[in-house]
Amino acid sequence: MTTDTTPAPVLRVRDLAVTFRVDGGRAPDVPAVRGLSFDLAAGEVLAVVGESGSGKSVSTMALLGLLPGTATVTGSARLGDLELIGLDDRALSDVRGRRVAMIFQDPSNALDPVFTIGYQLRETLRRHLPGLSRAEARERAVELLRMVELPDPEQRLKFFPHQLSGGQAQRVMIAMALACDPEVLVADEPTTALDVTVQQEVLDVLRRLRERTSAAVVLITHDMGVVADLADRVVVMRHGEVVETAPVHDLFAAPAAEYTRTLLAAVPRIGTPERPSAADTRERPALNVEHLVVEYKDRRGRVVRAVDDVTLRVQPGEMVALVGESGSGKSTLGRCALGLAPLTSGTVEVVGTRLGRDTPRAVRAARTRIGVVFQNPAASLNPRYTIGESVAEPLRVHAGLRGDALRTRVAELLDAVELPAAWASRYPHELSGGQRQRVSIARAVSLDPDLLIADEPTSALDVSVQATVLELFRSVQQRLRFACLFISHDLAVVDELADRVAVMHRGRLVEVGERSRVLGAPEHDYTRRLLNAAPVPDPAAQAARRSVRLAS
Amino acid sequence: MTRYAVRRAVELVVVFLGVTLVIYLMVFALPGDPIRSLGGDRPLPDNVVAELRARYHLDEPVLQQYLRYLGGLFTGDLGTNFSGQSVASRMESRWPVTITLALTAWGIEVVLGVLLGLFAGLRRGRAGDRLVLAGTILATSIPVFVVAVTAQLVLGVRLGWFPVAGTSEGWPTSYLLPATVIAVFGLASVTRLMRGSVVDTLQSDFVRTLRAKGLRQRQVVGVHVLRNSAIPVLTFLAIDLGFLLGGTVVVEGVFNLPGVGQLLFQAIRAHEGPTVVGVSTALIIIFLLTNLVVDLLSSVLDPRIRHE
Repeated sequence: MTTDTTPAPVLRVRDLAVTFRVDGGRAPDVPAVRGLSFDLAAGEVLAVVGESGSGKSVSTMALLGLLPGTATVTGSARLGDLELIGLDDRALSDVRGRRVAMIFQDPSNALDPVFTIGYQLRETLRRHLPGLSRAEARERAVELLRMVELPDPEQRLKFFPHQLSGGQAQRVMIAMALACDPEVLVADEPTTALDVTVQQEVLDVLRRLRERTSAAVVLITHDMGVVADLADRVVVMRHGEVVETAPVHDLFAAPAAEYTRTLLAAVPRIGTPERPSAADTRERPALNVEHLVVEYKDRRGRVVRAVDDVTLRVQPGEMVALVGESGSGKSTLGRCALGLAPLTSGTVEVVGTRLGRDTPRAVRAARTRIGVVFQNPAASLNPRYTIGESVAEPLRVHAGLRGDALRTRVAELLDAVELPAAWASRYPHELSGGQRQRVSIARAVSLDPDLLIADEPTSALDVSVQATVLELFRSVQQRLRFACLFISHDLAVVDELADRVAVMHRGRLVEVGERSRVLGAPEHDYTRRLLNAAPVPDPAAQAARRSVRLAS
Repeated sequence: MTRYAVRRAVELVVVFLGVTLVIYLMVFALPGDPIRSLGGDRPLPDNVVAELRARYHLDEPVLQQYLRYLGGLFTGDLGTNFSGQSVASRMESRWPVTITLALTAWGIEVVLGVLLGLFAGLRRGRAGDRLVLAGTILATSIPVFVVAVTAQLVLGVRLGWFPVAGTSEGWPTSYLLPATVIAVFGLASVTRLMRGSVVDTLQSDFVRTLRAKGLRQRQVVGVHVLRNSAIPVLTFLAIDLGFLLGGTVVVEGVFNLPGVGQLLFQAIRAHEGPTVVGVSTALIIIFLLTNLVVDLLSSVLDPRIRHE
């Protein structure tokens, strides 16, 4: 599958550079991509890998002229014998969707919510193949939906995007991209917003498409598992430049560049050795959930059971991971522990206070003993507060600290999360994602909590940043010895952190046990499915897993 | 959907009862005696006053009068004024004028507001956008009667482009100027709303998808951006239609248009409680119904509401 045998590549990119004009030209231009060159052979899957800000998305958007007016693109990109760079928008729009098609990260927002998917498919066909009759367009739309393995394609044409699940919406996006048989398909993080089992389905669809279309694929991703699963060759980017280009097996087996090695090392993998648990089983549990049921009514008035008869304990010093896909009820359970979701039946006891039975005053007091870290640090920190003020707030409100004592404590806390104390006067937007999450952790532990609830604290972060934040999280937990309920969808992350693992599926707790036991020898079918669905960052192992799974 | 409809209906009844009661009480709190003023400068004999009071039930407690009035409403009776004329018949000839005026104004708001908003949203931050924004601020900061009188003087009297007053020249000539005057305020709001909505829509992921699949700018804007951006604007337009129907009082006065607003204006000055209440009630019903219609209309535009 290497390019040596193919005479002319489908797409030949040379010295592509993108710069952005900032602040109306008053500030110096910001380079986003420099000197990017690669060839894309027919039928090949080329992965472009890198962390956020590496320029991987910008470079492909630049090829199709989809960047805002502030961007300047130079260099060359030849599609067959057509030079794309410098082409006017009208000519480029004939290429887009016809010869080069794209799919994007978040499928539920990538489709127009007020038109049916049938309309949106036919619209693409009509734009590029004006000779098609109404009936032919409809027939082709059905055929496309069948190709991406969407059940009941005729019926689905009448569906609106919100009636589809994320995985289904992404299949529609793929179908739309393939509508006019493009030469190149650009897939920008196609499975990042999806649950692992859904990701697996979409990856399967993409993989099987290679047999059905001749399109070459540019796969933009940060997920090394996805790379190992799909790619033939890999381009690794950092700070807008190519660090390394290699066939996929070579890249994983013997990465040449130092950065590639760091990147691969940062990817969490299942199989962490045994480690002692700090759980204290003699003491009263920090969180004790018994036969909890949470029901709510949806907008049609139907009763939905979000949490169904869940019993779970977290001992002081113990880290319990709550694992499940979106809609499994794991976040609802987390909110219950904070007293933020109404209990239908069952009991929740947090740091010795029973929610629902004890007085609101006691519950409020208990809440000061709980720390919380949310998924998106950009949204959970007040943008108008300095990070010092954010960390100081609980100390001022609950511990009554003022003046020098407060400043000293804030400095200690920032130091504990490995941020310079002088940064207290900075605002969240001046920090990177990882640094912001450190601030969230500092704020969550400021009152020395007995229980910490962390809801997907690292899912919004790049892998290398995630690795350092997880390490920090573990060390802070061991030092302060709080009980922790760690909510996550990523089993590899859980494997690095947790003492015990609880797996949730459709509101029920399907399996609870020691980490090594649950992840090493899962008893429940769903746990096995979750474990098998996540692609492993190793092309050979992933190919073996795929053939085993598809054979069964 | 049925639960939603029932809830909306209950809300409608509660709002209706509340608003009519408030208006009823307010009208009776007005200073002056409507019966005595019927005689003009000549004082009426006491027995005549007493008889008239009894005929119009003015001798009963206010709440009882209100309930009697409500009872009449359910049989389609909007009440009778103190000269013995039915309020409904007095309004009858005036409705066409007011409705024509309000709908013309509304049409101006819809067409111009949506187009100006779209224009400004597409050219965000450029000269055209700033000009439109400055215009909307100017339009909202001048009181309606100032606009009305100025427009009448400049465009009607001085330039003679439009008739100065009255409806003798029919639609659209006689209505265009007064309709523009009452549309100015709403037009500014619609423009700003539409502009913001367009800016938001242009930044959404699906617009990127539409461009990535090769659609021309004309199609992206004309089909997708327009419809998505119009949904939030529609709610405002609905409320505004009701507001326009009731808000014609000043303009009908200035341009001497024989509409319902003018009737209301005259009735308030003449202490004709039943007419004031009757006209207000009719306006409230229209206001509530237009809102209901628009809610149904937005569910046609937005499938996410339809499937709730």
